[in-house]
Amino acid sequence: MEIYRAHVLVCTGTGCTSSNSGKILEEFEEHLKKNNLENEVKIVKTGCFGLCAEGPIVVVYPEGAMYTMVRPEDVKEIVEEHLLKGRIVKRLLAGDKEQETISKSLDNVEFFKKQKRIALRNCGVINPENIDEYIAFDGYKALAKVLTEMTPQEVIDTIKKSGLRGRGGGGFPTGLKWEFASKSKDDQKYVCCNADEGDPGAFMDRSILEGDPHSVLEAMAIAGYAIGANQGYIYVRAEYPIAVRRLNIAIEQARNYGLLGRNIFGTGFDFDIELRLGAGAFVCGEETALMTSIEGKRGEPRPRPPFPAVKGLWQKPTILNNVETFANIPVIINKGPEWFASIGTEKSKGTKVFAIGGKINNTGLVEIPMGTTLREVVYDIGGGIPNGKKFKAAQTGGPSGGCIPASHIDTPIDYDSLIELGSMMGSGGLIVMDEDTCMVDIAKFFLEFTVDESCGKCPPCRIGTKRMLEILERITGGKGEEDDIEKLEVLAKNIKASALCGLGQTAPNPVLSTLRYFRDEYEAHVRDKKCPAGVCKAMVNYVIHAELCKSCGICARNCPVGAIKGERKVPYVIDDEKCIRCGVCMEKCPFKAIFKNA
Amino acid sequence: MKSIAELEEIRKKTLEQINMRKNNERLRVVVGMATCGIAAGARPVMNALLEELKRRNVNDVSVTMTGCIGVCKLEPIVEVINPDGSKVTYVKMTPEKAVRVVAEHIVNGRICRDYTIGAEEGK
Repeated sequence: MEIYRAHVLVCTGTGCTSSNSGKILEEFEEHLKKNNLENEVKIVKTGCFGLCAEGPIVVVYPEGAMYTMVRPEDVKEIVEEHLLKGRIVKRLLAGDKEQETISKSLDNVEFFKKQKRIALRNCGVINPENIDEYIAFDGYKALAKVLTEMTPQEVIDTIKKSGLRGRGGGGFPTGLKWEFASKSKDDQKYVCCNADEGDPGAFMDRSILEGDPHSVLEAMAIAGYAIGANQGYIYVRAEYPIAVRRLNIAIEQARNYGLLGRNIFGTGFDFDIELRLGAGAFVCGEETALMTSIEGKRGEPRPRPPFPAVKGLWQKPTILNNVETFANIPVIINKGPEWFASIGTEKSKGTKVFAIGGKINNTGLVEIPMGTTLREVVYDIGGGIPNGKKFKAAQTGGPSGGCIPASHIDTPIDYDSLIELGSMMGSGGLIVMDEDTCMVDIAKFFLEFTVDESCGKCPPCRIGTKRMLEILERITGGKGEEDDIEKLEVLAKNIKASALCGLGQTAPNPVLSTLRYFRDEYEAHVRDKKCPAGVCKAMVNYVIHAELCKSCGICARNCPVGAIKGERKVPYVIDDEKCIRCGVCMEKCPFKAIFKNA
Repeated sequence: MKSIAELEEIRKKTLEQINMRKNNERLRVVVGMATCGIAAGARPVMNALLEELKRRNVNDVSVTMTGCIGVCKLEPIVEVINPDGSKVTYVKMTPEKAVRVVAEHIVNGRICRDYTIGAEEGK
């Protein structure tokens, strides 16, 4: 057997792949060969580390040195300095490069310090295309334990006791869901995995599937045993090609090892999994629509009850859990429900993965214990807001959620505290907004999304959200009418009460929550025809200050619509009719002579 | 068809290969591998360390390289570092000496005093 003295882990998640980690892999292979190190140093393709803003990421063990923003041309230096001579390439390490606080190992990088990685335990540690590495870190041990030592009811009791709640958004207790399905009597039952991650900005499910696909397969088999199902389906978006490929590899490897298929571990338990690719409709993340889509029909929701645990896929009892929920299951079985329940808050146990995006320094994926405050996420893990701007609000739950304003930044994050604030956990997208964000514009953005994605089956969602969007467009367009805000509130209330599925019922949330905390901004738009943040184009205009203008003409050359005119020694002027309010002139003016009037 | 015993076997075997990615090292062995170290024969020393550790199934010790410490005349230099930072510096190493360091110091906790920098300086 080969002995490797060092392992080079290169992130091949979607984030790093798109910033060229494939080329970095090739460079490593080439340079290791050149230096005769190919038998001493092993290259491992791995999943997402979470620090996507700093990607591509390369980690070298045994030191655990974390290199960030690696370019293909840096590889030569890493190989020749670090791997050949043992000198860590400090300029590429994570951390403050100017000071002595360079973090050598990824364990001391601020970004990872407050995290607790359960669902992401193997992401960035193992090679997701090698089942042996998953097994090495206790993979399939939980399945073995369940099949040989536990009854299905004991499995359900364990999950119930752990306090695990659905990580896809609603937060329904997972053990209870399994119990309902196990009590439904039928000759055929199904286990489905919801990997149709659709919230704008959320990508935790993709990262788990790319970095640790076997954890989902193992958990689905455990669920199958618990409820008495022998067939599983993973409904995954076709837009996740790397995740789909790795899932296919993982299923194939698990079948070859007999960890999926007939008579697993010789216990007589059969379980197999198939993939179904979603075509990218947001509504298919709703459980009944997802199952309709797996059945081969148009992805539209249907009324509940009957709930899927009673009549689900092909009218058979079905459980449907989210990717992240499943990823927690094997650990709960191995370490015990008490261990899991000891993490988190009273009613929300364990951890939650958040995809942090927007106006924040460390864009990426983090897993934190429930009850961590928003302040810790934004400032300690997220590294604060760029350019010294002020934190205004954070949006959670995507198009179904709402905003948490700065006044609530010290709220511990869990399912119930977010609901109380008028938002929701959702699948874990967390978009940070700074003082330059217009909250009416944000509400409009999310409503545009739901209007596009409404399946059209029920009128409250199809027509109601469209009417809401029209009002918002009027308000942001500077044509808001006195009773528009009240109209929005009435519509929102009615849509919430009457829409068929979760998509429609939660679609008004972004409007309601911004109205709750930022009503003054709506009022400024409607009454004063002003956008306080200076975002809504109809309410801002750009002017050139005649005394500061040096008539250099740079603004005119950069204006994409030719709206700026002028000549030497005469101050330039912007034609307000032609101006599209893109702001390029203001950015380009070397004398800061152009101002935005909000 | 895999049995649970087979699963456990794969687990153990693969874990040996990838154990270095877990943070459970008891000792860190650092080999000076700058130009001076390599010229003095550090590479065979390091390979001997790795092979001996492997042969004895020691998987809580990592072997890494470092640059020039400054006393090039004493290369190849091998340092055995405890988690608290205290360390033993072995100098003028050979593959044979490396095997003894693994057997005596790393496995049995007895420092090979005659190879240490102190013993060499006292000569």
